[in-house]
Amino acid sequence: MSEVVETHAGHDDHDHHGPDKGLARWLFTTNHKDIGTLYLWFSFAMFLIGGMMALVIRAELFEPGLQFVAPEFFNQMTTNHGLIMVFGAVMPAFVGLANWLIPMMVGAPDMALPRMNNLSFWILPFAFGIMISTLFMEGGGPNFGWTFYAPLSTTYAPDSVTYFIFAVHLMGASSIMGSINVIATILNMRAPGMTLMKMPLFVWTWLITAYLLLAVMPVLAGVVTMMLFDIHFGTSFFNAAGGGDPVMFQHIFWFFGHPEVYIMILPAFGVVSQIIPTFARKPLFGYDSMVYAVASIAFLSFIVWAHHMFTVGMPLAGQLFFMYATMLIAVPTGVKVFNWISTMWRGSMTFETPMLFAIAFVILFTIGGFSGLMLAITPADYQYHDTYFVVAHFHYVLVPGAIFSIIAAVYYWLPKWCGRMYDETLGKIHFWLSFIGVNVTFFPQHFSGLAGMPRRIPDYALQFADFNMLSSIGAFIFGFSQVFFMFVVIHAITRGKKATDRVWDGAHGLEWTLPSPAPYHSFTHPPKVSDAEAHS
Amino acid sequence: MANAKADPSIYFVPHNGWYPVVVALGAMLMVTGFGSYLNDVKGGGDGSWVQFYTGLTILAVTLFFWFAKVIEENSQGLANAQLKRSYVWGMGWFIFSEVMFFAAFFGALFYARVFAVSWLGGEGGKAMTGDYLWPDFSAEWPVMQNPDNALFQGPDQSMASPGIANWFAPVYLPFLNTVLLLASSVTVHFAHTAIKNQDRTKLITWLGITLVLGFAFLFFQVEEYIHAYQELGLTLSSGIYGSTFYILTGFHGFHVTMGAFILTIQFFRALKGHFKPDDCFGFEAASWYWHFVDVVWVCLFIFVYIL
Ligand SMILES: [Cu+2]
Repeated sequence: MSEVVETHAGHDDHDHHGPDKGLARWLFTTNHKDIGTLYLWFSFAMFLIGGMMALVIRAELFEPGLQFVAPEFFNQMTTNHGLIMVFGAVMPAFVGLANWLIPMMVGAPDMALPRMNNLSFWILPFAFGIMISTLFMEGGGPNFGWTFYAPLSTTYAPDSVTYFIFAVHLMGASSIMGSINVIATILNMRAPGMTLMKMPLFVWTWLITAYLLLAVMPVLAGVVTMMLFDIHFGTSFFNAAGGGDPVMFQHIFWFFGHPEVYIMILPAFGVVSQIIPTFARKPLFGYDSMVYAVASIAFLSFIVWAHHMFTVGMPLAGQLFFMYATMLIAVPTGVKVFNWISTMWRGSMTFETPMLFAIAFVILFTIGGFSGLMLAITPADYQYHDTYFVVAHFHYVLVPGAIFSIIAAVYYWLPKWCGRMYDETLGKIHFWLSFIGVNVTFFPQHFSGLAGMPRRIPDYALQFADFNMLSSIGAFIFGFSQVFFMFVVIHAITRGKKATDRVWDGAHGLEWTLPSPAPYHSFTHPPKVSDAEAHS
Repeated sequence: MANAKADPSIYFVPHNGWYPVVVALGAMLMVTGFGSYLNDVKGGGDGSWVQFYTGLTILAVTLFFWFAKVIEENSQGLANAQLKRSYVWGMGWFIFSEVMFFAAFFGALFYARVFAVSWLGGEGGKAMTGDYLWPDFSAEWPVMQNPDNALFQGPDQSMASPGIANWFAPVYLPFLNTVLLLASSVTVHFAHTAIKNQDRTKLITWLGITLVLGFAFLFFQVEEYIHAYQELGLTLSSGIYGSTFYILTGFHGFHVTMGAFILTIQFFRALKGHFKPDDCFGFEAASWYWHFVDVVWVCLFIFVYIL
C-alpha cells in the first residue's frame, strides 16, 4: 500500500471502463461522480418543485384575503414545501457534493460501498414520487405542516398520510445507507498521509454530519412508525385517552428535528471553509478549532431539542436547561464565524461568484444565528412562537445559509466536474439577484412576526399587508433567479471556456491535482499527499 | 488483465449493476402496496396483498443475486483487505442505527411511564389536563385502566414479571426466552471459534444449535402473543401499556426473525464450505447482528417485563 503512484491515476493501464451508454449509465452506475451528478440534478429538480410551492404560498399572501387557493390546499403547500426542501433539495444536494468531492479529497478510488451508493440514490426518486403523488389523492396530501405534529397527523390526517409515512421510511433508509458510505469512505479510504487532522474541512463536516444522520434518522423512522400504529393498529402513543401524550410526539420528533437542522448546515460550514481560504489566498484560520467547533455543535444538537416546545408546557427546570443549552451553541458557532472573518483579514481577496456566495453566507447566516438566539430565550419565545419571526429565522439559516453554500459549491467545483468555466458576469448577476431576492423576501418577515403575524395561514390582518407584499415580490425575484442559475450552469457545461486543472490559483486540495474535468476513475492507486495539498 | 483484477493493492469498484435500482423499485412497490392495503382495510375494504408481495419478491430475488455476486467476487479474490474493512465499518454503523431505532421506542416507554401517565394521574405541572378531562384516572404502571376506558379498553392482566420466585414452575415465558437468546449468543460465538479453528463440523453443529434456539425463541414469542391476546386481554389497543409492549417486543421479534434468516443463510454457506479463518465476513456480520438483538432483548426483559 505504501507504493506511490502518479496522481493522474486515470491513465493507469488497469481495466478502466468508461461510462456506459445512454440510460443504463445512470440507472446502473456505481461511479461516485455519476451518482453525485444524479443527486445534484435530482435535488435541483426538487428545489424547483418546492420553490413553485413556495411561490403558490407567496402569491396567496401577496394581499390580504383569499385569492388563489383554498385554505386546505394552502396547508398542503406549506407542508410539502417544507418536506421537499428539507428532504428533497438540501439533504440530497449535500449528499451529491459528498459523492463528488469526498473520494477526490481524500484520495480514494470511489465511495467505499459503490453499489449501495447507487441504491441510496435510486430510493429517492421513488420516495418523492410517492410523496408528491399524495397531492393528487382523495382527501389531498399531507396538510399538517412539515413537523407533522400528532394528532393533526394521526387522528385528523387525510388518508394519504399512510403513503407519507412510507415515503419518510424510504428517505430514512436512503440517508442511513448514504451516511454509512460516507463514514466508511472517510475512515477507511484515505490515501496514506491524509491523516484525520489533515482532511479538508468539508470532509470533516461531512463525517460529523454522517454520524448525526445515523443517530437521528432511525428516530424519525421510529416516530413515523408509531404514527402508523396509532392510525392503523389502534395504539395510543400520541392519544391521551389511551394514556399516551401528543407532546411525546413533539419530544421524539424534535430529538430528530434539531440535529436535522445541523445536518443541513454542517456541510455548508465545510463548503464555506473550503472556499474562503481559496479566494482570500490564506490558509484557513484556526483549522483545529474549526474541527472542534463542529464536533461541539454536533454534540450540543442532541440536548437542545425542546427549545421548539417552550410553549407546549414543560417543567421550569426543563425550560431553563434547554434555554441555556441552546444559547451555548452560539459559542462554537461564534468561533466559526470569527475564524472565517480572520481568514479573510488581510488576505489578497478577490470576489469571484463562489466567494460572493460564501461571504453572503457568513453575513446572512449570522443574522439567522442571532434570531435563533432571540428565539432561545424562553420568555421571549412565548411571544415569537409560531409567528413569522420563526419563519424568518429558519429561512435565513436555510436559504442564504445552506442553499447559498450549495450554490457556492456548484460554482466553485463545477469547472472540476465538467472541465469548463461558468461565465463570471452571469454568475455575478445570479448572485446579486439571489442576494437581493432573499433579503427582500425574508427580512420583512422578522417585522411581521414581531408584530404578531402567525405562520401557516393563508390570510392575515390588514396591518401586515405591506410587509407581505414586499416578501412576495422578493420571493418571485429569488425564485426566477434560480431558474436563471440553471441557465448559467447549462451555459457553462455546454459553452464555457476550458478550465485549467488548478482552476483557482489559491485552491489547495487533492481534487485540484486531477485534470479538469476529473477523469471517470480517479486515484485508483492512492496519491501522495503533499503538505501543499493538505489543509495547512 | 486477469492479474490486474486480483491485484490486492486495488480497491475493487464494481463496474455497474442492475441490482440496486431494482431493489429500490421493489421497496417502493412493497411499501405502497402495504400502504394501499392498510388504507383499504381502514376504509372498510378487504385489502389486497398482491402488490406488497410482488414488491417483496422483487426485493428478495434481487438481493439474493446481489449477495451471490458479492460472494462470487470475494471468492475470485477481488475483495482486498481494505474492502473488507469497509464492510466491517458498514455493518457496525448499521447496527448503531438500529440501536437508535429501538432508542426511539424505549424513549417512548420512559416518557410515557415517567411523565405522561403521572401527569394524567394528577401530578406535576400538567395535572390540570388530567383532572379536568379524566378525574377518575389514577396513574399506575402497567396502566390497567386507561383515561378513556371506553375508547381504549385496558388489559385484564399485564405481562409484568411475577417476581423471580415464580419464574420457574410453570416457566415464565419471557424468562425462558431470555435464557434461550442468551444461550444462542454463546453458541454463535462457539461457531465463530470453530471457523477460526477450521473445524467445519463444529461450526455446523454450533450454528445449527444457534438456529434451533433462535427459532424456539420466536415460537415462544408467538405463544406469548397468543396468550396475551386470548387470555390476558392485552392487545395493541389496550392503551399505552399495550402500545409500548407490542411495539418494543414486536420490532424486536421482527429483528430476531431477520437475524435468524441471515444466520440460516450463513448455515447453508457453512455447509458449502464458504468460510475460512481470515475470510468469514458474512458470518461475522450475522453474528454481530445476533448479539445485537440479544442485547436489545436483555434491555426489554429489564425495562418492559421486570421493572
Ligand atoms: Cu432546534
